[in-house]
Amino acid sequence: MKKFLTVSLAVAMVLSIGLLSGCSGGSYDAEINVYNFGEYIDESTYEAFEDEYNIKVNYNTYDTCEALYATLKNGGADYDVIITSDYMIGRMANEGMLEELNYDNIPNFSLIGDEYKGLNYDPDNKYTVPYMWGTVGLIYNGAEIDEEITSWSAMFDEQYSGQILMFDSSRDAFGVALKYLGYSMNTTDETELRAAFDLLEQQKPLVQGYFQDQMYDKLEGGEALIGAYYAGDYLMMLENNPDLKFVIPDEGSNFFVDAMCIPAGCENKEAAEMFINYMAGTDVCVANMDATGYASGNTEACEIYAQDLDDYSSQVMFPSEEVLSRCEVYLNLPEDALALYDSLWVELKA
Amino acid sequence: MKAKAFAYPYIFWMALFVVAPILIIVVYAFTSSTGSLTLDNFTSMGGSYLTVFGRSFLLAFIATAICLLIGYPVAHALAKEKSRLQGMIVMIIMLPMWMNFLLRTYSWMSILENTGLLNRFFAAIGLFDLINAISGFINNTFGTHLSTDLEYFEMINTQGAVVLGMVYNYLPFMILPIYSVILKIDSSYLEAARDLGAPPRTVFRKVVFPLSLSGVLSGITMVFVPAVSTFVISDLLGGAKIMLLGNLIQMQFLGGTYNPHLGSAIALVMMIVVIICMTIMNKFGAEEEQAVMF
Repeated sequence: MKKFLTVSLAVAMVLSIGLLSGCSGGSYDAEINVYNFGEYIDESTYEAFEDEYNIKVNYNTYDTCEALYATLKNGGADYDVIITSDYMIGRMANEGMLEELNYDNIPNFSLIGDEYKGLNYDPDNKYTVPYMWGTVGLIYNGAEIDEEITSWSAMFDEQYSGQILMFDSSRDAFGVALKYLGYSMNTTDETELRAAFDLLEQQKPLVQGYFQDQMYDKLEGGEALIGAYYAGDYLMMLENNPDLKFVIPDEGSNFFVDAMCIPAGCENKEAAEMFINYMAGTDVCVANMDATGYASGNTEACEIYAQDLDDYSSQVMFPSEEVLSRCEVYLNLPEDALALYDSLWVELKA
Repeated sequence: MKAKAFAYPYIFWMALFVVAPILIIVVYAFTSSTGSLTLDNFTSMGGSYLTVFGRSFLLAFIATAICLLIGYPVAHALAKEKSRLQGMIVMIIMLPMWMNFLLRTYSWMSILENTGLLNRFFAAIGLFDLINAISGFINNTFGTHLSTDLEYFEMINTQGAVVLGMVYNYLPFMILPIYSVILKIDSSYLEAARDLGAPPRTVFRKVVFPLSLSGVLSGITMVFVPAVSTFVISDLLGGAKIMLLGNLIQMQFLGGTYNPHLGSAIALVMMIVVIICMTIMNKFGAEEEQAVMF
């Protein structure tokens, strides 16, 4: 049955390729398809890679890890390099959707800091090369909010009614509530999840809306005063709205690592590994850090980039060990736990 | 026979991109992730799923009704205008559709936001000051406790905003079919009615309206169906606080759990409910062509 879908999609692809390929030149040695989050790269870096290695890079972006998973699971797309988050890598590795890397072709792997290697999603370093890492924190408008926020409790505080933004994904939204209650973000315990659900239900009338990308504009433009979002994006917002503040609440938060991997069945594995190696190089990592506001897995690049950074931004981008020790990495959860998250999410929004 | 051959490309297209996907949805809806036949996907749709179904149909119904109330008079008046003016107005009605759907909906976001264009306009003309002053006056006179610190109207992220988005985006689909049907009504019918002494209202009631019903029905279909399945409008203008069927289906594919089986089952149920609605309406419409409505 899955094959049926694959075949019909393949026919559609072949038809569209036939229409589109008229203009592509044949002068490249190889061609790779890269799939990354939106706005998560300095585009000049892969263009430079194309010139240097004479390998054509077809660069595409997606919105959420789940969208990437659905695309690859359907077998409807043929990617050579994907960049995605920890827990999704864990899930794909479990389901045999990733190819083991040949680290001999990726010498720059040695430049990656040990703290980002061997994490739960890839304990033996078989599938991944870390790309960027960062944290989720609480962003608030210091011009309108006088108190110094240090706790997730502000996200549930009635005095900010109508000004609060929450993530529009079950895992992230529950993560905030779970952390506030002192539970793990990776809990599968139904009582704890129910408690988090009750909290989110109380919070719903106070929330302006559930957003992903639009959170950026709303916080930056002052349409909302408080929200949970990513540290790197915060630094980008700060350039346009200096009133915004960022804090990793005392209760702790999410720490994530996004890594590069190769999906199973890749046909240009060597070219893909060359690309991964190139993207782990120090200069490229510095350029990407500058473009995205996230910290690279390449330790040397972080040191170079931190030199030009003011203390405040540096603290946001490279939180101290003490702060990181309060943060949790998302783990891939069993399917029935994910189903519980989703059904509670529907119940919340229905 | 030869004319038929020209239809083959579309028949091929239809088989590949209309019939095959529906078959895939049916197959997915009746199977589990292990591939075995099951009805679990349908039986698990209780409780909050029903709320979502109810809300989607209610909001789509309201939007369709508003489109009809606004669209019919416009279409009717338009069909009577001089043909050059008609062409221009039809173009203006169509014009927004030449712009990207997402872009149009995003624009509504910046119009309706608390700090958006509309609220800033109200503040600039002193509307909020006026309301606050009135509330203050009432409070002083009657000892009530009305709020006097109104700074904006809450318009975005409400069900009203979602309905507005539906009406704005789908209104042309209501006007155009009604307009083209009314335009084609043979004017000799109207003359005959008038000759026989019918006043204008009776002409409309007994001749124009019954003859335009097919346009109304296709208008309703073309507004209701996309409105009931939208997920973009509820995300952008409803702040994702108001879950509609489209969001529920999308979540099965792009949410935390990847469950195309449940997603297909919901899509299938929605499709069947829509078909039932449309059949009832068409039946009602077909009878109405002979019967008199009011």
